[in-house]
Amino acid sequence: MALLEVHDLKTTFKTEDGTVAAVNGLSFSVEPGSTLGIVGESGSGKSVTSLSIMRLIAQNGRIERGKILFKGENLLDKSEAEMRKIRGRDIAMIFQDPMTSLNPVLTIGEQIAEATRLHLGLSHKDALDKAVEMLELVRIPLARQRLKDYPHQFSGGMRQRVMIAMALSCDPAVLIADEPTTALDVTIQAQIIELMNEMQQRLGSAIILITHDLGVVAETCENVLVMYGGNMVEYATAQEIFEQPKMPYTMGLLESLPRLDQAGSRLVPIEGQPPNLLRMPPGCAFAPRCRYRMPICDEPVALYDFGAGHVARCFLYEARAEGQKPIEAENRPAIADSAVAQAPQRLTK
Amino acid sequence: MTAPSVSGHGAVATASDELVVVRDLHKYFPITAGVFSRHVADVRAVDGVDFDIRRGETLGLVGESGSGKTTAGRVILRLTEATKGSIRFEGRELVGLSRGELRPLRKEMQIIFQDPYASLNPRMTVGSIIREPLEIHKIAQGKDADTRVQELLRLVGLQPYHANRYPHEFSGGQRQRVGVARALAVNPKFIVADEPVSALDVSIQAQVINLLQELQQKLGLTYLFIAHDLSVVRHISNRVAVMYVGKIVEIADRDQLYENPLHPYTQALLSAIPIPDPGVERRKKRIILSGDIPSPVNPPSGCRFHTRCPVAFGRCKVEVPAFNEYEPGHRAACHWVEEHGGKAPDLTAGPSVL
Repeated sequence: MALLEVHDLKTTFKTEDGTVAAVNGLSFSVEPGSTLGIVGESGSGKSVTSLSIMRLIAQNGRIERGKILFKGENLLDKSEAEMRKIRGRDIAMIFQDPMTSLNPVLTIGEQIAEATRLHLGLSHKDALDKAVEMLELVRIPLARQRLKDYPHQFSGGMRQRVMIAMALSCDPAVLIADEPTTALDVTIQAQIIELMNEMQQRLGSAIILITHDLGVVAETCENVLVMYGGNMVEYATAQEIFEQPKMPYTMGLLESLPRLDQAGSRLVPIEGQPPNLLRMPPGCAFAPRCRYRMPICDEPVALYDFGAGHVARCFLYEARAEGQKPIEAENRPAIADSAVAQAPQRLTK
Repeated sequence: MTAPSVSGHGAVATASDELVVVRDLHKYFPITAGVFSRHVADVRAVDGVDFDIRRGETLGLVGESGSGKTTAGRVILRLTEATKGSIRFEGRELVGLSRGELRPLRKEMQIIFQDPYASLNPRMTVGSIIREPLEIHKIAQGKDADTRVQELLRLVGLQPYHANRYPHEFSGGQRQRVGVARALAVNPKFIVADEPVSALDVSIQAQVINLLQELQQKLGLTYLFIAHDLSVVRHISNRVAVMYVGKIVEIADRDQLYENPLHPYTQALLSAIPIPDPGVERRKKRIILSGDIPSPVNPPSGCRFHTRCPVAFGRCKVEVPAFNEYEPGHRAACHWVEEHGGKAPDLTAGPSVL
């Protein structure tokens, strides 16, 4: 049994222009001690997925369908009080922006101690000792003195370390890291990634790493889930994703990346814009931007299995598609117009 | 090893292939305290920087946040005033020019900003945003301006009918195209691009990078490309300068810099970038620097990198290293490199310190 299983998750948000499905029919699972990378563009639903697991969806959002099984129990059936016991204790989260996700008027020590006091029932003094231990673990110098400092007295990299210390203080079984290094400089990013890898080896937690940086994924993840338009379009081991991508979107992402180890030739961008969640294409969400688009792509696409856990949602590998020629770029319906109509909705911060 | 050869002002004026010549540039932001706004300290954002930008090239300027790269770009355009130093544009000194004298030169130099959401006025149509510089500089009016706006929109890959829409109707990548069109409206020679793709999704980043490269070829533009993403900088630049706490620590041709980085900071910066290929990633040895970038209010003595440098020795704490030229066009400011005859230290050998 997997540690965390997500089944057919659908999360919708009410907006002024109508209801959008930020996540629509997503399923995946995470094994203990493994790292799953979730990649995708802004608006692809990756952050909403993590917030759905934590049951932290904003007021205008709703989990309409699906199951989120943690150790076999459905988190969607839990009461808010039960969820509060799970959050931070069993499933912890690191947010992208360490400046806004720490409380500016509480000392670092109080913030870390709060979690262990609530979840592990430690006394105030023990909780502070535990906080020192955690801060030393994430290599904050002079940890004991720094307990009394406020978040603004720390640099960005240090704040992110504090967040990690806080998230790991109750030895969570699952750690969700939502763009943990995006706001940081590369040399600090390298420190944080090394730290997360080390923590995982020590504590054996499963990590869900949400990022748009494929470099970070290559470095840390065993498995990769690629999201587009609110659903998974490809899932495989990191090796397979980078060496044998099946879905044209994944291929496009890899080609559009300038690489440090390959001298600069012309980049191959993915033309067009990410889909408007209010007006999703009838079939494959990526079809309007896809260079292999065929007539069949306007039908709903199923997942195709390529063995060893590698799946992709694409008609290129469908027998019925044989003989269908890609629609040439010239004959394609204009994408510019519909794309311009509206920028993709920003559903999360 | 050649002696430092920072050319004086006279020598530079004759060389016609240098569009922008920056010498000894300083920008200090004063910190004041008390009722009388007593001057107590300075943020030394740019602290003595020399470099040239050649006509038609892209000079990449990289560094971490707080290194002073954005301030350097703004001071060169005189969007903020230099504290000290010289900026020559086509041989003309910019420092000390009055606003009136500067105005005709503003046409020649433009900027593209990082945040395409914040840098376009939400209450103006895209057409009027692009039209504004045309009218200010009296380049085109009325029908002519309309035609020019449509031309510019086409040039950056948008459609003429987009002129009537507002910025919020566009996605991030398209907004950045509008920003590019606005910068190009006055036919500039030189563009400072300040993190132009950092706010965009990867698939859109590539579209904008390609656009900038095409425009450079078509219009013969010169770019100062400021970014923290070294893969993007490598892709687009001819030469690259690396900044650390207000100073340039290394400058070289792109391939020289990426293949043979001399300064330990450049080496660490390059090794920190994750490569999107699990095979390469596993073989790579990473240099992990300890600590954070120091504050530019009170920068470390001597070499500013000595507090984080794995090969720092006695001299580094007390003496500011000279910005020597070790290969043609390849300069670095490092005592270790100087004492080892232009050899780069091997940082991957030792244990990594965190």
